[in-house]
Amino acid sequence: MHDLISTTALGGTEPQINTFPHVTITENDGVALASVAARMGHEKACHAALKKLLGAVPGPGRAQLHDPEAGFWMGPDQWMIGAPKASHELLADTLKDLLGDAASVTEQSGAWVCFDITGPAMPEMCERLCGVPIRQMQSGDAQRTVIHQLGCFVIRREADDHIRVFGPRASAATLHHALITAAKSVA
Amino acid sequence: MIIEHPLLGPRDSAEFTYMGDARLIDRPDASSETAARDFYEYGYLRENPAGWHDELWFHEAGDRSWLVVTRNTLTHEISKVEMARDVARSRGRSK
Repeated sequence: MHDLISTTALGGTEPQINTFPHVTITENDGVALASVAARMGHEKACHAALKKLLGAVPGPGRAQLHDPEAGFWMGPDQWMIGAPKASHELLADTLKDLLGDAASVTEQSGAWVCFDITGPAMPEMCERLCGVPIRQMQSGDAQRTVIHQLGCFVIRREADDHIRVFGPRASAATLHHALITAAKSVA
Repeated sequence: MIIEHPLLGPRDSAEFTYMGDARLIDRPDASSETAARDFYEYGYLRENPAGWHDELWFHEAGDRSWLVVTRNTLTHEISKVEMARDVARSRGRSK
């Protein structure tokens, strides 16, 4: 019998937390992800199922912050759905059962690393990292952008000083390095 | 140069990658008798207009959508931006 220990995207057994005077970077290891792409001709059925699940279907540049499942828009008829990993580890399977032939669902938990950036210096830090208009963004705005040459999603969460960044998991350490560098420069 | 993305609003052209003449949407019919000639022209021959030009732009640093941008190559003025998938579907490329 194998005795395996799961590790976070940064390779630790516990998520890494980096605290600076005005900003905190927290590796978030607790998010399960799956992408949903409506199949051609089944867009209405897919929308209806997502609306039932999330309360509303996020449009371009928006996220639906909702518990336990949340989602954000990735492209026309494409969304990323997230939920707590502890309770929804098989999120992709659950969504496939729910959506059937209306959509193609792909497991994404192993593809992304998630960082929460919080604190009063979050906007300054975000401005050093990427081109999203962070000071104009409202709670629930979600943008795909480039951080340190990596395609990332930036989501403005409920709290005014909180963004969530999803980046490629295989480059987690590189993205983390970029976040640390930016945090130091605003500290 | 600013590209007015149909879904996301005005975006800096630095977020996009130029992917060539929008005629690339019109892939020739491989079963046509003139397929060899058609694909030669499709692969290699391009107009090089001094003026209005339909172009494919890929939103690489954004939502990864493909756009058809009508741009004046003399002035960089942009008169129209459409989602490439809408253009392709309107030309019957939806199968």
